[in-house]
Amino acid sequence: MSQYAIQTLNLSRDFKTVRAVDGLSLEILPGTVFGFLGPNGAGKTTTIRLLLGLLEPTGGSAVVLGFDTVKQGAEVRIRCGALLEHNGLYERLTAYDNLEFYANVWHMPPGDRQARIKELLIHFGLWERRKEIVVQWSRGMKQKLAVARALLHRPVLVFMDEPTAGLDPVAAVALREDLTALAQREGVTIFLTTHNLSEAEKLCQRIGVIRQGKLIAVGSPDELRQNNSKPKVEVAGSKFGQRVQDLLKERPEVVEVSAEKDHLIITLSKVTPVAPLIKMLVDAGVQVEEVHKGNVDLEHAFLTLLEEEEK
Amino acid sequence: MMTDMFTIIRKEFKELIFQRGRFRGGLVGVLIFVFAFGILMPLQMGRDWVETPINLLFFAWLPYLLVSGVVADTIAGERERHTLETLLASRLSDRAILFGKIGSAVAYGWGLTLVNVLISVVTVNVAYPEEGLLLFPSETSLAIFIVSLLVALFGASLGVIISLRASTVRQAQQTMGILMFVVLVPVMLLPLLPQEWSLWFLEWAMNADLYTIIIAVVAALLILDASLLGYAMSRFKRARLIMD
Repeated sequence: MSQYAIQTLNLSRDFKTVRAVDGLSLEILPGTVFGFLGPNGAGKTTTIRLLLGLLEPTGGSAVVLGFDTVKQGAEVRIRCGALLEHNGLYERLTAYDNLEFYANVWHMPPGDRQARIKELLIHFGLWERRKEIVVQWSRGMKQKLAVARALLHRPVLVFMDEPTAGLDPVAAVALREDLTALAQREGVTIFLTTHNLSEAEKLCQRIGVIRQGKLIAVGSPDELRQNNSKPKVEVAGSKFGQRVQDLLKERPEVVEVSAEKDHLIITLSKVTPVAPLIKMLVDAGVQVEEVHKGNVDLEHAFLTLLEEEEK
Repeated sequence: MMTDMFTIIRKEFKELIFQRGRFRGGLVGVLIFVFAFGILMPLQMGRDWVETPINLLFFAWLPYLLVSGVVADTIAGERERHTLETLLASRLSDRAILFGKIGSAVAYGWGLTLVNVLISVVTVNVAYPEEGLLLFPSETSLAIFIVSLLVALFGASLGVIISLRASTVRQAQQTMGILMFVVLVPVMLLPLLPQEWSLWFLEWAMNADLYTIIIAVVAALLILDASLLGYAMSRFKRARLIMD
């Protein structure tokens, strides 16, 4: 059996003339929270469908939890939970009925079924409203119920497409903590797609960036930041004249300078001490009030990656 | 697979009963139906209700009418409400989902038809006590029992195939309705025929060997049902449904 929870090799999927997934090779260890990032139409949903054995690849292969997704798709699905693009809730049924239906689908024993449904509904703050028809609920409540459904049968691998979409900030933080705890305590592997880059940064141990079906980068958030973006220094103060900016641009470690009202943003080619730069600014008459050596965020790294790929 | 099938059937029935989220909504529809076909029509026809073999046509049409109202919702509806993909991502097999959906539509159409038959018999006996005990002849009862089941299965299999091709529930229901209309056209044309032709047909129907006709109809329905079910099974595949 493969040591990886998910392992793909040159996985590809064509839809007529469009290649939705293009030679995707990926290895994800068990117990990892893996974030799959990419712009709309990048191939994230198709990848999830391929990994769940819902679609057959046109090329390459995927092994999920030791099972080939084409030949043993049913074995994969038995062991996985999924929260897909749409929440998939039966809105004419009550919250309890929704979970009970899927508990039956997963063949959960009656005693465990009731206890587990109660545990999850209490955990997500939905127990008091379990007898309500779901159609009346807010989007956030529906999303919580859909997450509960995905975790109901204690899967060892969970696919989540935008799990915090529609949740209020408090609920989103709570869900992120739940997912982290699931991965840490129970060794559950979580494969999630998100557009929320700060969420990916906080939650994921590894991140893959996909664009036009191709995996263009994979690594930890730190690795992606370091490899795909340039450090910045933000100086708050005044007297950032053109002469000062020109002086800065002459320095070899400076890539770009931009001034915005009382802020000066200096992009550096690499991580380097900034004291000489600040001294130079002071000598040039700039009144420095505050210096912030910026940590490059994942969003910037992500955008840089996409821009470079486009070039 | 049987357990999974019954899980689907239970869920479909719950959705059916709680239409628009209210138990009353689903119940009112059934009650209107029972009032029209289980009480009003038998009251008007009296003894003829149980004695005229032409009524077999009515009991063959009834399950199709009932099934066509629900079967589109079980597949095209799931797709329209974006619940189908989550269901397909579960451990359920394609066959369990398909047979569960067909089973729920058949159980609804056939079950409600039989309930109507029973209520109609009670109605005519209560309304016309002077006629003595009014019951369907045994061969008619058997024919109603079998033909309505096969018609319900026909409607459900056809509904699945249409739903797989239709883009919305409404479109699937409209197609089912058009097909029902096509079947009913000859019956509707009957009163428009010259009087001697109509009389000839009615006389033929009254004197025909009912038993032979029933066997022929049952055989034809069995072949139709098997063909449609086989085609539905070949079409109902995960990858295809996801692509749709």
